[in-house]
Amino acid sequence: MANDELQSLDLGYDPNFVPDSVKTFVVHLYRHIREKNVYEIHQMYESSFQSLSERLFKDTPWPSVDAVAQYVDNDHVFCLLYREMWFRHLYARLTPTVRQRIDSWDNYCNLFQVVLHGVVNMQLPNQWLWDMVDEFVYQFQSFCQYRAKMKNKSEQEIALLRQFDQAWNVFGVLNFLQALVEKSTIIQILEQEKLGLEQFTANDGYDYNGGSNVLKVLGYFGMVGLLRVHCLLGDYHTGLKCLQPIDISQPGLYTIVIGCHITTIYHYGFANLMLRRYVEAIREFNKILLYIFKTKVYHQKSPQYEQILKKNEQMYALLAISLSLCPQSRLVDETVNSQLREKYGEKMIRMQRYDDEAFAMYDELFSYACPKFITPSAPNFDEPLVNYNQDAYRLQLKLFLYEAKQQQLLSGLRTFLKVYSTISLAKLASYMEVDESTLRTILMTYKHKTHAVDTAGKVISNADVDFYIDDDTVHVVESKHAKRYGDYFLRQVVKLEGVINEMDSIKLE
Amino acid sequence: MGREPAKPQQQGQETDYTVDQLVAFNRYNPDIFPDLENSVNEQVSSQTYSLESNLCLLRLYQFEPEKLSSQIVTRMLVKALMAMPGPDFSLCLFLIPERVQMEDQFKTLIVLSHYLETGRFRQFWDEAAKNRHILDTVPGFEQAIQGYAVHVLSLTYQKVPRTVLAEAINIEGLSLDKFLEHQVANSGWVIEKSQGRGQLIVLPRNEYNDPILKKNTAESVPLENITRIFPILS
Repeated sequence: MANDELQSLDLGYDPNFVPDSVKTFVVHLYRHIREKNVYEIHQMYESSFQSLSERLFKDTPWPSVDAVAQYVDNDHVFCLLYREMWFRHLYARLTPTVRQRIDSWDNYCNLFQVVLHGVVNMQLPNQWLWDMVDEFVYQFQSFCQYRAKMKNKSEQEIALLRQFDQAWNVFGVLNFLQALVEKSTIIQILEQEKLGLEQFTANDGYDYNGGSNVLKVLGYFGMVGLLRVHCLLGDYHTGLKCLQPIDISQPGLYTIVIGCHITTIYHYGFANLMLRRYVEAIREFNKILLYIFKTKVYHQKSPQYEQILKKNEQMYALLAISLSLCPQSRLVDETVNSQLREKYGEKMIRMQRYDDEAFAMYDELFSYACPKFITPSAPNFDEPLVNYNQDAYRLQLKLFLYEAKQQQLLSGLRTFLKVYSTISLAKLASYMEVDESTLRTILMTYKHKTHAVDTAGKVISNADVDFYIDDDTVHVVESKHAKRYGDYFLRQVVKLEGVINEMDSIKLE
Repeated sequence: MGREPAKPQQQGQETDYTVDQLVAFNRYNPDIFPDLENSVNEQVSSQTYSLESNLCLLRLYQFEPEKLSSQIVTRMLVKALMAMPGPDFSLCLFLIPERVQMEDQFKTLIVLSHYLETGRFRQFWDEAAKNRHILDTVPGFEQAIQGYAVHVLSLTYQKVPRTVLAEAINIEGLSLDKFLEHQVANSGWVIEKSQGRGQLIVLPRNEYNDPILKKNTAESVPLENITRIFPILS
């Protein structure tokens, strides 16, 4: 007891004091989980946890798991879930110590082990399962950033980092996510669903036959987690590959949880931008920005609201970059476009000029909107300790600006192509103030940069204005707005079917 | 491509997984280091290519930088240049720490990539000639770059002057005649005489150098999308 008192004196709060409201909270939450009452679990998770945190734990952690265990039959899995929330709350409101970071890693290991061994029979809300994956990746990223700032570390911190070198190890992180994907057989489930042999998306991932949704849905979100981790590492190709089983041209489980929807598209779009597939990036940014614009009012009270707004702003910046490199504003909806002009109109005009100031704009927008890149390796503790937390970001920024510079003459070329239907090379060269052979290289650069090649070797045109050269004459090709009637009809067929089904299910009394 | 067995049999391993399988199932396993490094050498000697396996190796180097081998990375980067117009070279650079990129041979390769990315073939071939010691270790390099040059020319030109072609693929005189002969016989190229200004090469039409071919492809719906409404239609 004396020890406890000493501890609380030290911390300024008593980690073992459980207020009545918390007692009620855990008892009810535990009961709802046992009864598989997803609706009530969701209510408690989304509202009660937030309001209790706001009221009682604004700047202190929740009561320790040991103190609440007695109210929940010392249930092992419940305690793991409680601790997961405990750490999440701590990360959001306080600064975790290195010890806490390591303990949180441990807790994720235990929690995922339990899930992977299939002994979990719970049914948890999608929001919660998404938050777990999201937080897992966030804490990994946060750990890498923390570890890379070596300069001001105390000896004690360094000793802990050396001792627990497996904590948040990049192999461990990736292997957990990969294991969730594989063990859940989610990829096969999604394949089966396409053939009509399985209901996953249709049931929002829930299991209505007495089974558990936890592994399946964690596996599903694990794919998004892998996309994000690979983007943080600069491995865009592999990131997109991990996401491939999810068809992002259709709504799916990922669109049900807004945070997941945004994370998915943000990273998908960013990876495409880095791979020079600008049209794809523009199309997806446009869709999600329009969606956020229309729905954000419903999320105002959500704990994720601030995060939604932040990502919204970042994606406008990424859209501004994409459109500056690939001016295809016809792909952008009017609403999104007017928002974009308001936020970045002036900067976008300056980015077109490709002078030093323009590159400063590219730099600024990229730095503001890019993911928080990480260096995944541990420092060499035997060498003088330096900060390396900016290294990964600087490299990606440098390579991006390098790409932008390679395209700097294309903007001028576009201006001329737009006003001519045919023009001789000599005349175009004199307008652009270069010699003819330089002009030929610029024209080839334009073709190369506007025609991305996908992994299957297929050429994808991103060209807004196109042309071909016949001997020494440039023929400009008016870009035709290929309207996708086929897709439109397909979508309407599906919509109509939905309406009919809904009407069928209504029973008139 | 890259389907060759990862381990030559003489190593006496009971496993004979291909590198592709290793990458698919053990993506995040440091134990496959030696297999992946062998694979790079194998790709060089057998003139095959596996981007997946090479990215996987670069990722492992990123996780354990002390194991990075400059020689292996050089070979991967040359291979990635040969994969132009694909973005492979950038994909690799994104994963290589900046201080490693400062090494001379990498700086050279980055310059070469820059010339290719900006269509400056004359400068590219000049620079390449000065760095034979890096490039000659990888067989098939010149042909691969010529393939890329032809690709860009085909996107750009319907008819290209012989001199422009010669500069882009770095072939002249009799060798160029032979090259053209081959293309005429196999790839549908046509040689035209223009008035007193040397030959013009007519490149085959494709949807990127001919607007007429473009329209037809725009209005098709992939079968995959249609399969989605099969359950409804049935």
